[in-house]
Amino acid sequence: MGATVTTGNNTENTWGGGNEPMGASYGKLMMWFFIISDALTFSGFLAAYGFSRFKFIDNWPIADEVFTHFPFMHGVEAPMYYVALMTFILIFSSVTMVLAVDAGHHMKQKKVAFYMLLTILGGLIFVGSQAWEWKNFIKGEYGAVETKGGSIIQFVNNKGERVKLEDFAIDLPGQREALTRDKGKWFMKDEETLTTYSVAEVQAGFAAHPELLVRTEKIYRDTPEDKANKKLQPGLNHNKKREVLTRAESEIMVANAAIVVEGANLKHNEYGSKLFADFFFFITGFHGFHVFSGVIINFIIFLNVVLGTYEKRRTYEMVEKVGLYWHFVDLVWVFVFTFFYLV
Amino acid sequence: MAHAEGHEQGSNIKRIWTVFGILSVVTIVEVYLGILRPDFLYMNNFISMNLLNWVFIILTLYKAYKITWVFMHMEGETASLRWSVVATVIFLVLYLLFILLVEADYIFEVFKNGTIKWNF
Repeated sequence: MGATVTTGNNTENTWGGGNEPMGASYGKLMMWFFIISDALTFSGFLAAYGFSRFKFIDNWPIADEVFTHFPFMHGVEAPMYYVALMTFILIFSSVTMVLAVDAGHHMKQKKVAFYMLLTILGGLIFVGSQAWEWKNFIKGEYGAVETKGGSIIQFVNNKGERVKLEDFAIDLPGQREALTRDKGKWFMKDEETLTTYSVAEVQAGFAAHPELLVRTEKIYRDTPEDKANKKLQPGLNHNKKREVLTRAESEIMVANAAIVVEGANLKHNEYGSKLFADFFFFITGFHGFHVFSGVIINFIIFLNVVLGTYEKRRTYEMVEKVGLYWHFVDLVWVFVFTFFYLV
Repeated sequence: MAHAEGHEQGSNIKRIWTVFGILSVVTIVEVYLGILRPDFLYMNNFISMNLLNWVFIILTLYKAYKITWVFMHMEGETASLRWSVVATVIFLVLYLLFILLVEADYIFEVFKNGTIKWNF
């Protein structure tokens, strides 16, 4: 064990290995090395996200319109509250972690174990919440149509309120049929999952509801040229919100419909830019993976605390090192929260 | 932190809870502003970004500072360790952001003023 534990109190001279560079033990210094490289990895991802966002600054999804769910409050628009709760849970688990480190300094084994357990619980709740957030994002809410040009159009009524596809699409006979055994072939390719409504059904529904208008991906900026734009529906356009087209322009857009989009995945995204969904899945997924590994590492350290390993070593430095990692994961979330949900 | 051991043992826990309070309050303020989006912040720009976003970013950096300094105990490390970690990251991130965001803004202008049509 002498090889793995450095307590820095040996009597050897500097050239004999008795010196600790920067006054930190080997293990802690290596954890800092790891954290710097991981921080730069996340910075790379977030900067790439920023790149794509600046590139499509005029048609980037508005986070308030995307993440609006809260558990057990079905149909209530609650933007941000749920992520705020998640952030709070993660900060709190950071606090219990630092309390565990503090208890370790006082060599209180039971307290360390208790706080480690709370930290693990916090981590698990956070990962679970993220899964729920993903589920809502993947499932979608209103549904949208992707045009031949690849842009997303959404539907609003004449008051500017969003309308769900199911509220106006018309069931047409013969649009879709169930696959029966006699039509099955052994070499059949997996077909893409069908959406609830076909393009023709949405188009027919749109034609039957004259009050419906199309909302494009583009963000209205209140500039003189935006104000002079005859294609936009008067009275419904607000600065920094999506543009709403007039009925005549809406019909042109709907005629261009290529596919129906429900929810989001790596190829299509009913909320707008596809890159938004890609970056959301990738960055929050990578962060969630960090939280998950953090929970596992925390659990291993927790077992060691309970078994008394660190009592025998007379130092709880391992708790400190895993604590550094855990705080770092919290730190990353603070930035993800800002750049995905707030800004 | 082994070096910090021995001094201010009693007040450490109190400090942790204070910082937790600060972080919670800052988060609540952020969420509050994020829901309200007050016009005087949201509609005014400073260096081509609206004031609300500046507020969010500054509050985020403040939270990051508190987490690193208190929870990760950066304040107790030697100055050389502290700055070799923090200065490296800050410098590289600023560099990366400068390059990528300026470039992205240029591409945006090309799309906007060019003949490429995407909204059809």
